[in-house]
Amino acid sequence: MRRLETGGTSIDRSAPLAFTFGGSALRGFAGDTLASALLANGVDVVCPSPILGRPRGVMTAGPEEPSAFVEISAPELDLISAATTVELVDGLVAKGRPGTGRMRLEGAPPPRCEHRYAHCETLVVGAGPAGVAAAREAVAAGDRVILIDERSPHGVDLPEATVLARATALGLYDHGYVVVHERSRPVERLWHVRARRVILATGAHERPIAFAANDRPGVMLASSAAAYVERFGVVPGERAVVFTTNHGAYTAARALRNAGTGIAAIVDVLLEGSAQDAARADGFEVRSGWAIAGTEGDPRVSAVRLVGPGGEEETVKADLVAVSGGWNPVVQLWRAIGGGLRWDEALATFVPNGVGPSWLEVVGTATGEGLPTSAPYWYVPADDLSSHFVDFQRDQTVADVIDAVEGGLRSVEHVKRATYIGTAVDQGRTSGVLTAGIVNLLQGAGADAQGPTNARPPYTPVSFAALAGPHGGARLDPARTTSIHPWHADHGAVFENVGQWKRPWFFPRTGEDLDEAVRRECLAVRTGVGMMDASTLGKIEVVGPDAAVFLDRMYTNRMSNLAVGSIRYGLMCGLDGMVMDDGVAMRSAEDRYLVTTTTGGAAKVLDRFEEWLQTEWNDLRVYCTSVTEQWAVVAVNGPRARDVVAAAGTDIDLSAEAFPHMTLRHGTVAEAPARLARVSFSGELAYEVHVAARYGSHVWESLTGAGEPFGITAYGTEAMHVLRAEKGYVIVGQDTDGTLTPFDLGMSWIVNERKGDFIGRRSFRRADTAREDRKHLVGLLPLEPDALIPEGAQLVQEDTGRIPMPMVGHVTSSYRSAILERTFALAMLASGRERIGTTVFAPLPEGTVAATVTEPIFYDLEGARRDG
Amino acid sequence: MTVEVARSPLAHRLDDLAGIESVTGGDVVLEHVPFLAQVDLRLAPELATRAPYPLPLTPNTAWEGGPRAALWLGPDEWLILGPPGSQSTIAHELEAALDGTHRSIVDVSDNRVALELSGPGVQELLAKGCSLDLDPRSWRVGSCAQTLLARAQVILHERAETTGILVPPSFADYLVDWLLDATRAGG
Repeated sequence: MRRLETGGTSIDRSAPLAFTFGGSALRGFAGDTLASALLANGVDVVCPSPILGRPRGVMTAGPEEPSAFVEISAPELDLISAATTVELVDGLVAKGRPGTGRMRLEGAPPPRCEHRYAHCETLVVGAGPAGVAAAREAVAAGDRVILIDERSPHGVDLPEATVLARATALGLYDHGYVVVHERSRPVERLWHVRARRVILATGAHERPIAFAANDRPGVMLASSAAAYVERFGVVPGERAVVFTTNHGAYTAARALRNAGTGIAAIVDVLLEGSAQDAARADGFEVRSGWAIAGTEGDPRVSAVRLVGPGGEEETVKADLVAVSGGWNPVVQLWRAIGGGLRWDEALATFVPNGVGPSWLEVVGTATGEGLPTSAPYWYVPADDLSSHFVDFQRDQTVADVIDAVEGGLRSVEHVKRATYIGTAVDQGRTSGVLTAGIVNLLQGAGADAQGPTNARPPYTPVSFAALAGPHGGARLDPARTTSIHPWHADHGAVFENVGQWKRPWFFPRTGEDLDEAVRRECLAVRTGVGMMDASTLGKIEVVGPDAAVFLDRMYTNRMSNLAVGSIRYGLMCGLDGMVMDDGVAMRSAEDRYLVTTTTGGAAKVLDRFEEWLQTEWNDLRVYCTSVTEQWAVVAVNGPRARDVVAAAGTDIDLSAEAFPHMTLRHGTVAEAPARLARVSFSGELAYEVHVAARYGSHVWESLTGAGEPFGITAYGTEAMHVLRAEKGYVIVGQDTDGTLTPFDLGMSWIVNERKGDFIGRRSFRRADTAREDRKHLVGLLPLEPDALIPEGAQLVQEDTGRIPMPMVGHVTSSYRSAILERTFALAMLASGRERIGTTVFAPLPEGTVAATVTEPIFYDLEGARRDG
Repeated sequence: MTVEVARSPLAHRLDDLAGIESVTGGDVVLEHVPFLAQVDLRLAPELATRAPYPLPLTPNTAWEGGPRAALWLGPDEWLILGPPGSQSTIAHELEAALDGTHRSIVDVSDNRVALELSGPGVQELLAKGCSLDLDPRSWRVGSCAQTLLARAQVILHERAETTGILVPPSFADYLVDWLLDATRAGG
């Protein structure tokens, strides 16, 4: 193997490049692939085969390569690629890598990859003659045209089209949606293309023939051997045997001979014909009806054993075997989107049958057009078929296929799964039709009985970095923040994720851990005053003459008799009667409510409202509008809450008489137009200050300033959770899990079955829902007041010490309470209400915790504090 | 009265936004319009003629006239835009004209933040994060759409000189980060 002095349409001899392979310093030219440069440097063995460890070299000149795999460590990290698809660059460092890439995180970062959306009337895949002609025609018709090719096509002069080089269609999807990976530098692009029409001009791949030791370095596909001469000026061997089923390989033989490769023989499995005669006239030795029995050499081919029609054998010296078992149109993209295939007897292969998506066409060689006629010849018969390789990347041979078929597998899909043929990164480009042919033959079926197995996207491997593109790191998922977020960040808040929202979890002071900060925040609310950012609560304006009727049907309790200016807590159930969300409804006018939802439930509840209004109750005159982001909400909680709101300045009469619990007023707070709601999730005197989001940080800061004399303390979601649990207020999604009814939660008071139908009502009568021994929400007080039972802990009635024990429930919330000076928990317990006063046990690896079952309320049982 | 105490969700990102012009060599100019008045109107389409402005009935189109614009958001939903501070006026105009009909008029001026993009690179920039076809063949002055830009829900509004983007304030920081990344050199 050597580089010719001249020639090579792809390379630029004025641009020499240095690279390293397997530790050796080598040289190539710009335009080389790693494979062509390795051949030019006389490198026979690229990598060992993945399972058997047999030496393997370059077999093809394109993405169909099943043999020569490499790992690249510079200038960019590439864990595994076919050497035939790696463009040579200066400073490239590579080594052989059989089979599977090994993930590693060190080394050069992957190139930046942008994502691009594009729309066109015509997308053409493949910039060969047929593709360029199709693109030209579409341009002439006024289409927006995108023409892509996985190589760097020369001489495509089509300025009106978007021509993408080094661009592979990874997959075709419904309605002309095509994902294209463009390996441009310095920035890669992943294109999401919507095309009205897609034209596949993907050409064809040559296929091998299976014979003994057909994997030895020096065995190559015939057209690939010729391509190395033509495109790269590289002679892939000094003396070749050409082995063919078709006249196409005669062209390759001529190209090799012109480059100085001696042709020992053209071994043609067909009997005499005009191609053979013409070749003989040209001075070639043609062996019609012969085949290759096997190869010898270590590791590279040095001799080829030929077998004649009568079984006679002859060995010839050669270092190159150029094989052509016929041609397969590249139909993977066509098939993966549902296009059909038909067997073409003359070409001895499967071609598109024209039955596919209306927006998809196949043109040129990919239809079979122009391919040489061939014979369905798959492997050279022999007693020992165990080195007749079919899938080189999976080290699978004809013997393995026979094993699978004799084992009773009939479908090629089953044979694929038994042998793994076609499951490597090349997805059976060279082995698919070959395997189908062998299976059909073994079963005595026609060659058309079964086609190759299906290939799935991506057509060629693509890195996760490219798929992630700009959506990596901090932009993996949007972090939603409230108008008050900058204050939280400035004041050392530790955030927790609630859906996409960043919510302050707690505000540690210097040296404080979570427990200490939460204890301080809780005590402030119970004994003084605290404030929290509640802006993330979902908010929906429900407007219209039937708003009251509508809400009566959505919530389990009655909302229609709520007075204007009043607020009511409500539960929402699914059709199954299980609690799905909660919140309050504030009636601001006869025909207008503002309802709040949980932070995580905002979108879901609005969708649900719209679904019922649009599909079931379109007679109701109600409109819903999401105003979650319109309003910043500051919750001021604690015995001094009234003092703080007053000190911040308001024109609203805050007295308990004028403005009682569960009512709302409009006015100003700290000069900002505000809605003030007396809603308490802590059980303390509390005001929610709602202002337009633009005033959020101003009002927050005003309340902070006004609250300073009262020791106002910012608190986060953890303190909120503790405070509400002390009062036994559930959090939907923490204490509930989609399997609990309001009755299970001990909230029968919120289910009003007299008001008429509502969602979930009829399910309350299901035998299972009405069962007496369902799990009930209860409180737990560990006998040891410092023992904290982990949330999720299972409960047993009796600690037998022997696993398994019958489990009777589980802990849903568990905290240390500052005000109670002890731990406590909420739990779901079978027949829990009947167990109040008894003891249950939480067996834990570090010891069993015993706890008394209580009512699910621990503080201010009479509820006087919130009315303050 | 309270304009001094009002704060835009993008107040802390104005330098970042202004920097995009120089990073892109003037290809993309980004301007933040604080406190754009926005009122959400829900109304049966048969009653659209009662509105004080021509409400577009063709999906994904907008009407613009003087200080008002009306964007089609759905078969019975429009977003009315006006200069900062005009939301109450807009609401009153609508209430007066639609008195006696079933409608919903909700001030949503703080539900979304307004950005205006201009420059020759806008279409290409948006193509990095928006799956809609923004080619003049299908997207022209007066087009509008509710869509995703990167992973943020936005309303796009093609105006005579600029492309308007309305984004929920909670996503504003994310979107600015994405815009900075998408316009950075080498992009």
